[in-house]
Amino acid sequence: MGNKLDAIAAKVNAGERLTREDGLTLFASNDLARIGYLADLARQRISGDYVYYNVNLHINLTNICIGQCKFCAFGCTKESPQAYELTREAVLKRIEAASADPDLRNLHIVSGMHPDWPYEYYLDIIKAIHEKYPQLHIKGFTGVEITHFAKISGKSLTQILSELQAAGLETMPGGGAEILDDTLRQKLCPNKATSKEWLDVARAAHSLGIKTNASMLYGHLETYKQRIDHLLTLRALQDETHGLQTFICFPFQPGNTALEKSIRRTSVWDDLKTMAISRLMLDNVHNIKAYWVMLTLPIALLALGFGANDIDGTVGGEKIMHAAGVSSEKALSRNVLIDAIRTAGRIPAECDCNCNIIRTF
Amino acid sequence: MDTIEALLQKAAAGKRLSFEEALRLYDEAPLLSLGQAARSVKMKKSGKKVFYNINRHINLSNTCTALCPLCAFSVEKGAKAGYLLSRAQVEEFLAKTKKEAPNLTEIHIVSSLCPDVDFSYYLDIVRCVREFFPNIAIQAFTPVEIVHFAKISHLPYQEVLQKLKEAGLTALPGGGAEILDDEVRAIICPDKASSQQWIEVVKTAHAMKIPTNASILYGHIETKEQRLKHLFTLRKIQDETHGFCSFLSFPFLPQNTPLAKKYSITPLSAWENLRLIAISRLILDNFEHIKAFWIMLGTDIAQVALHFGADDLDGTVGEEKIMHAAGASGNSLMSRQKLRQMIKLSGFEPTERDSFYQSLEGKNSH
Repeated sequence: MGNKLDAIAAKVNAGERLTREDGLTLFASNDLARIGYLADLARQRISGDYVYYNVNLHINLTNICIGQCKFCAFGCTKESPQAYELTREAVLKRIEAASADPDLRNLHIVSGMHPDWPYEYYLDIIKAIHEKYPQLHIKGFTGVEITHFAKISGKSLTQILSELQAAGLETMPGGGAEILDDTLRQKLCPNKATSKEWLDVARAAHSLGIKTNASMLYGHLETYKQRIDHLLTLRALQDETHGLQTFICFPFQPGNTALEKSIRRTSVWDDLKTMAISRLMLDNVHNIKAYWVMLTLPIALLALGFGANDIDGTVGGEKIMHAAGVSSEKALSRNVLIDAIRTAGRIPAECDCNCNIIRTF
Repeated sequence: MDTIEALLQKAAAGKRLSFEEALRLYDEAPLLSLGQAARSVKMKKSGKKVFYNINRHINLSNTCTALCPLCAFSVEKGAKAGYLLSRAQVEEFLAKTKKEAPNLTEIHIVSSLCPDVDFSYYLDIVRCVREFFPNIAIQAFTPVEIVHFAKISHLPYQEVLQKLKEAGLTALPGGGAEILDDEVRAIICPDKASSQQWIEVVKTAHAMKIPTNASILYGHIETKEQRLKHLFTLRKIQDETHGFCSFLSFPFLPQNTPLAKKYSITPLSAWENLRLIAISRLILDNFEHIKAFWIMLGTDIAQVALHFGADDLDGTVGEEKIMHAAGASGNSLMSRQKLRQMIKLSGFEPTERDSFYQSLEGKNSH
């Protein structure tokens, strides 16, 4: 094992690409300090000392969802007592309230796949937001939602994406990728986009100049092999399109999900290791995000030493992860994020949803 | 001047660091570089072993004459929340423990400076524990408490310690050191043992072959320099006496403390706690063991700390009250199985130990 890690270290030092075999060696190794150290070297070379964050508002239009994925504590049926639907007016009102913060720049819109809403409902909301708040950057709709829109509207992915783009959508979040392995998806989330469908959306978006993020939901039923293969799938996609901005690791939160009884939340140990290995494998993705909502802020801060260079945002209004009982705050102030980044000895860089730096501190 | 890289190599090789070198590393070395250097020192000291023990804590009282601003546990004489365990209550606890924890190796006793009892009470408690458990270690009374006993009994430290030893005491815990700097102590704990007194008790104990631990309480009002200076003070004592078994770091938990009402104190994050553990491992080259105390750090970070130079997770504990009063979140009873699993998952060998770091592996059933 030691020798194999030495060989990997040599490759990282030389800036060479790691193989699938290397990735598996890293997961099999217990040498967290060394893996983290190597990830930090890679981070320095790929993205320097800036740590990205943004001032943003999350909007989840509805939690009513035909997906009924096993790992989700947010989605529910129409009949459920916690079911809700936001109207266009309600969305605009929420943004108006959040705009009291002059630094608000970004909207993050991710929602359930509503059984009745037509695709135009979503399009219309983007249009309305963009008309009223042209200064806000809109990041919205995962590959899963776009696949859903294509199904219910009969339109092509490209057509849908160009219409959304024309309406004001700038970028797309990385959710819904989970693990891009259909055997696993069949068990976890049989009613939503397959691996191929998710990748098709990403390709279509990238070819229109819509940048997207990509994510990995881990710590449920998957193996380390499946984690590595997922990372390699994303790396191959990125080689092809160069449209991925940021990669995000989501440790599975079992609280209030169908898997609650059988699966325990991953350890910080696993979270840091997975973060570091992701940084090492995804040599062509600029940003690796430590999403504090999932990790809690202290661990997200720690992850900045293990390869991460993005800490997400102030995140007003997030509902999906909080439904699964995460213990983090509901939102953080910009100053708290800046302090955390400084503790790590790095430079806080406020950015828009295209990772353009607005200012540094 | 050496580069950070050269300093890290020097430290990783186990060579002695000067104050300036240590401060530079603490200030400038990347987190994971510091961690790796500390881990290589740990590997040289204890190899793949990571220690824990089966112990129980007893806090005899919380009514305290010192009422340190840093403390959320102590209360004034006459306060409603005040308590003092009677010998009968201690016996009850010991009887329960005997049943619950057949492999117990240590009883750990730390308490307030209680105004209501005299020194004979403590001797009596130690005798009582010794009667229940003829063979385990009794790690009891911080140097701060020993100073208090000397005061109330009008005896010199040596005699206080001698009487305790005769009653059955084996070792002193490391608490009460806080920061061994009297300017800092004047603010965080003005009414308890001074730096000089703490050091004197420790040296006296070591001379009598009573081992002790050493600790730091950091993250309150002290400067980085004071933090490191504290570690250098401990290193110097250890050079002289070789009586410290292990070092443990207490991140200050501001919640519910008077100090936090007066000063604006941001709680330390895991980032800083891991850096402190790593730099302690590098500075304290004459200490065999560095603890990652899971009660203070939380089990998740204690596990990560094993790769930042720590080689001991402390014990199964149970009934810990002092840190929980300040909002520590680690549930206070840990199963041996969980400790072992944490250690194994980190790539180390779980090693059940007695209070003197003798391995008990293979002696007790798991």
